[in-house]
Amino acid sequence: MDLNYILGVLTLAGINLMAVLGLSLLTGFTGMFSFGHAGFMAIGGYTSAMMTVKFGLPFIPALLIGGLAASLVSSVIGRLTLKLKGDYFCIATLGFGEAIRLILDNVQYFGGARGWPGIPHYTQLPNVIILNIIAIIILANIVRSKHGRNMIAVREEELASQTVGINVFKYKLISLMISAAYAGIAGGLMAHYMTFLQPKMFSLVKSTELTIIVIFGGLGSISGSVLGALVLTSLPEILRTFAQWRLVIYGLSVVIIMITRPSGLMGGYEFTPSSMKKLYTRMKNKNKGLPSQMEGGKTV
Amino acid sequence: MYKKSLALLLVSLMILTLALSGCSKPATETGSEGGGEEEATAADEIIKVGWMGSLTGDQAVWGQCELNTVKMLFEEINAEGGVLDGKKLEVIGYDTKGDPQEAVNVAKRLTGQDKVVAIIGPNASGNAIPIAPVLEEAKVPDIATVATNPKVTVLDGKVKPFNFRVCFIDPYQGAVAAGYGYDVLGFRKAAILYDIADDYSQGLTEFFEEFFISKGGTIVAKEAFKFGDVDFRPQLSKIKEANPDVLFLPVFFKEAALIANQARELGITVPLMGGDGLPSEQLFTMAKDAVQGTYIVNHVDYDDPDVQDLKTRYRNKYGKEMELNGYLAHDAVVLLIDAIERAGVADSVKITEALETADVQGVTGRIKIGKDTHNPEGKEAAIVKIEGDRYVFQQKYSAQLD
Repeated sequence: MDLNYILGVLTLAGINLMAVLGLSLLTGFTGMFSFGHAGFMAIGGYTSAMMTVKFGLPFIPALLIGGLAASLVSSVIGRLTLKLKGDYFCIATLGFGEAIRLILDNVQYFGGARGWPGIPHYTQLPNVIILNIIAIIILANIVRSKHGRNMIAVREEELASQTVGINVFKYKLISLMISAAYAGIAGGLMAHYMTFLQPKMFSLVKSTELTIIVIFGGLGSISGSVLGALVLTSLPEILRTFAQWRLVIYGLSVVIIMITRPSGLMGGYEFTPSSMKKLYTRMKNKNKGLPSQMEGGKTV
Repeated sequence: MYKKSLALLLVSLMILTLALSGCSKPATETGSEGGGEEEATAADEIIKVGWMGSLTGDQAVWGQCELNTVKMLFEEINAEGGVLDGKKLEVIGYDTKGDPQEAVNVAKRLTGQDKVVAIIGPNASGNAIPIAPVLEEAKVPDIATVATNPKVTVLDGKVKPFNFRVCFIDPYQGAVAAGYGYDVLGFRKAAILYDIADDYSQGLTEFFEEFFISKGGTIVAKEAFKFGDVDFRPQLSKIKEANPDVLFLPVFFKEAALIANQARELGITVPLMGGDGLPSEQLFTMAKDAVQGTYIVNHVDYDDPDVQDLKTRYRNKYGKEMELNGYLAHDAVVLLIDAIERAGVADSVKITEALETADVQGVTGRIKIGKDTHNPEGKEAAIVKIEGDRYVFQQKYSAQLD
């Protein structure tokens, strides 16, 4: 295997991971399905590319502005649609994602459907890894904070959490905004990796791909999202020799994994030093025939 | 439990859509890697050439035809003794499903892992543009087949050192369509129906409009649809009211066929005109009667003896008709072989240098690569007209670009 090629695939996995982390907060921890995250990626991508190309800003500020723009748009969308429950929110995001793509098809300032070439190549594996680590740390802290627990409460039982005084709408909105910011940054990374943007890149297929990764990795698990992004981004590349049968095999293998592990690869568990320790003690207790004392590291 | 089963259901559904969008065209018997028969030859005698394009997705018909053509030609060349005194050619083809992200991965894989000396394809401009940095890093030349966007080879006035193409570009195609329509056919009022969500369609529309107006014509209606639409009657009704002399369709054959049928149904009788997205054998099966008399700006004159010969060879080998992309893939191969022979060595940088001064005769015309543009300079377009179930050659036509 060639190193350059592997690095390329890993960079792409890292970019996907950034978007997946955000979606993980929304879908995995707050319990809302979105089919429009490619739309937020598009907003972030185009905004940050505009910052670097047209205004000559450095890479990192441009990325942050991209994330912020996506977040702002999501707050507007969120205010309008978050009152909708369950499937209806899902449909609204689907419409939003497609609308963004079609708007970009028409904006000639960004090259329209023909795309926007000549974006500087800033995204490298090291900066993707660093940004991902920062993103994971922030996300882990959000999830463990009071706010994160409130989001999980909303996921588990919306009515009950409202009864105990959690502002359901507010937490859904916060979750959506953070999630969109992650997707926006991912879009910015993508723009500066591909050096080319085209609205086609942010189609519904991209949104579903992100949602698949979150569910595949395990809802409510950050380490699951990391694993999912790595596996599902590299799988189509590994299967490349199958030519036109590649995607069929890809789909089949995902279906089989989901049937055998319905709760995803990690199924709500996390890879943390403490959970590893707990798992270890539980295994030891089991071997000794003792009943397990602790629950195995579930983050709630 | 309800949530879990819901999640599972959603996942299966989404994977299904992924698989469907990837495989909407039936796959054929082609394998991924060609040149299997030459395995007996020593490894150092093999020259690897990459190919990339859509083997799945909306343009799979064209991609598969391209790869088949390249395979067929390499087999023929190998049977005749190969290149550079007996070295055999091998093609390594990968699917991009028309996705720019996949194209970058494929370019990295071909240049890095498979160590190809050159790449043929992709056919889509949106895929040919983002691979440029990868090519520059690896110093491997790419010959795009039907990527007609000017920015494939030239960006901000600078030529991309490793990007070449064998087709003419969108401004040229637009100028030819406008010029031929205005000067030769005498059209003064044109209507356009284009796909707003498609890069090719948007580009061709822009240039057709520009040249048609500068000639003195008027665009009486310009209506858009978006990819995936199947009903064009609202747009066509408006176009009918505008009463044009010609309806210009800068779209692909599938939409063109549907539009043609619905236009005739609504009583629009004016001739249709289109670019290189139209010619396909599929057009006749979908809308044979409606597309009669349509003028098409094409890359290739189907009545040319060389073209006929290639067409017959392809039909004999694969049992189906060659699509337009096959002819351009053929010319990409001709161009590449010429460059390899003149470079005298299978080295990607030497081949790139040779490509810059290439001047060969292909089935789609003379290909003389311009040093500052990496485009085939002054390549004439072939105007064809649909009569019966044939594309009847009208004339070669070249336009001046200012």
